[in-house]
Amino acid sequence: MIQFLVHEKADNVGVATVDIKKGEKAGGLYMDSQKKHEIKALQDIPLGHKIALTDFRKEDAVIKYGHDIGRVVASIKAGEHVHIHNLKTRRW
Amino acid sequence: MASTKTPKVFAYRRENGRVGIRNHVVILPLDDLSNSACEKVAHNVKGCKAIPHAYGRLQFGKDLELFFRTMIGTGANPNVAAVVVIGIEPEWTNLIVEGIAKTGKPVAGFSIERFGEFKTVEMASWKAKEFMHWASELRREPVNLKEIWVSVKCGESDTTSGLASNPTVGNAIDKLVAMGATCSFGETSEITGAEMVCKQRAANAKIGEQFMATFNAYQKMIDDNKTDDLSGSQPTKGNIRGGLTTIEEKAFGNLQKIGKKAKYVGVLDKAEAPTGKGLWFMDTSSAAAEAVTLWAAAGFVAHFFPTGQGNIIGNPIEPVIKLTANPLTAKTMSEHVDYDCSAILRGEMTLDQSGDNLLEMLVRTCNGRLTAQEVLGHEEFVLTKLYESA
Repeated sequence: MIQFLVHEKADNVGVATVDIKKGEKAGGLYMDSQKKHEIKALQDIPLGHKIALTDFRKEDAVIKYGHDIGRVVASIKAGEHVHIHNLKTRRW
Repeated sequence: MASTKTPKVFAYRRENGRVGIRNHVVILPLDDLSNSACEKVAHNVKGCKAIPHAYGRLQFGKDLELFFRTMIGTGANPNVAAVVVIGIEPEWTNLIVEGIAKTGKPVAGFSIERFGEFKTVEMASWKAKEFMHWASELRREPVNLKEIWVSVKCGESDTTSGLASNPTVGNAIDKLVAMGATCSFGETSEITGAEMVCKQRAANAKIGEQFMATFNAYQKMIDDNKTDDLSGSQPTKGNIRGGLTTIEEKAFGNLQKIGKKAKYVGVLDKAEAPTGKGLWFMDTSSAAAEAVTLWAAAGFVAHFFPTGQGNIIGNPIEPVIKLTANPLTAKTMSEHVDYDCSAILRGEMTLDQSGDNLLEMLVRTCNGRLTAQEVLGHEEFVLTKLYESA
């Protein structure tokens, strides 16, 4: 069963397509290559929310759709929830 | 549905050659003061439709031009068979009547001053009754699907929009444009972060520069008026609840709606009609009702509206076909959803299949299937106002 999807190979976050529970080994799929990927969720990831596929440090770029979607403002571990508490826009 | 074939649909051929998929008789107020008379006429004469709104007094300059373009365009839309216009005074009322009359469709104007509302409602009701009888005998005829002008805009997006419902729209748009259809996208502010990618999708460098000039002007308006930052409004609270974090993320998801192949052939001002086939960018607000009102006024007759968290918008004259890929939204808000494409998220359906399914829903809508929004009576007619009235 697919629990998260990744748009492109270059992306460093996936999107939960179901509610993922902390501690679960979540199965994901890259939409471009159909390659599978597995990662242990370190936090609950609600449906539609992003899961980190790598570790991030402050000021790193989060890549989705193969593009920079903002800067990391608090370090993130692979498997953690990526959202407004640790990712900010570079615009306005 | 094979992408190389162009299906036939049954629609109304109007006097100016354009094709409509609905047959409304509209009672159109010039101004806020005339809403009451229009609603009374629509009560007297069953089947016609009043379109009340909040403006039309003391506007000036570009804002007044946009107002007239929107009102005339609404009456001129091919989904409208005939129009009764009611205004407080005759001069501006007649400007709208004359603008709509250029399409060749039946239109008549009434003004309240020197008659009063009772007498105006009586005279306008007789005319509306005459138009209703006439319109009710018009018949649909077979036309090519490519004659259906389709606009696209998403709302209350979430990450499922970028994954599945917006790419479904994009797949359908690629197929429609390949058939030779006329389509349009917009939402100028919601391209923020993806503007260079959007610029590259222009048919040539000059059109790309026109897009950038429009984009930059909208950014300047936002910068001039913002008090803090926009992350409380863009993304919206609904977007954030659905997992979208930044405007850049929202913008790349948004752009999925224009597909992978189609290049836009021109940049339109708000409510401006395109002059040829292909995909067109229109400078619009990203607020759903404002944007769809502008496309309807530009002559678009059907709208694809993907939603994540469940925007429930409709329009009085341009049917809004709603789709979602969010299984929670599809389950909890099913009365608003015309097409559930959440199977994509489960890996059970491809985007190509989903695009075909959406086109099939478009064909059914053209042939007369009422959208969820139409059945629920969602008719959000919202004028875009550029600045204060004088």
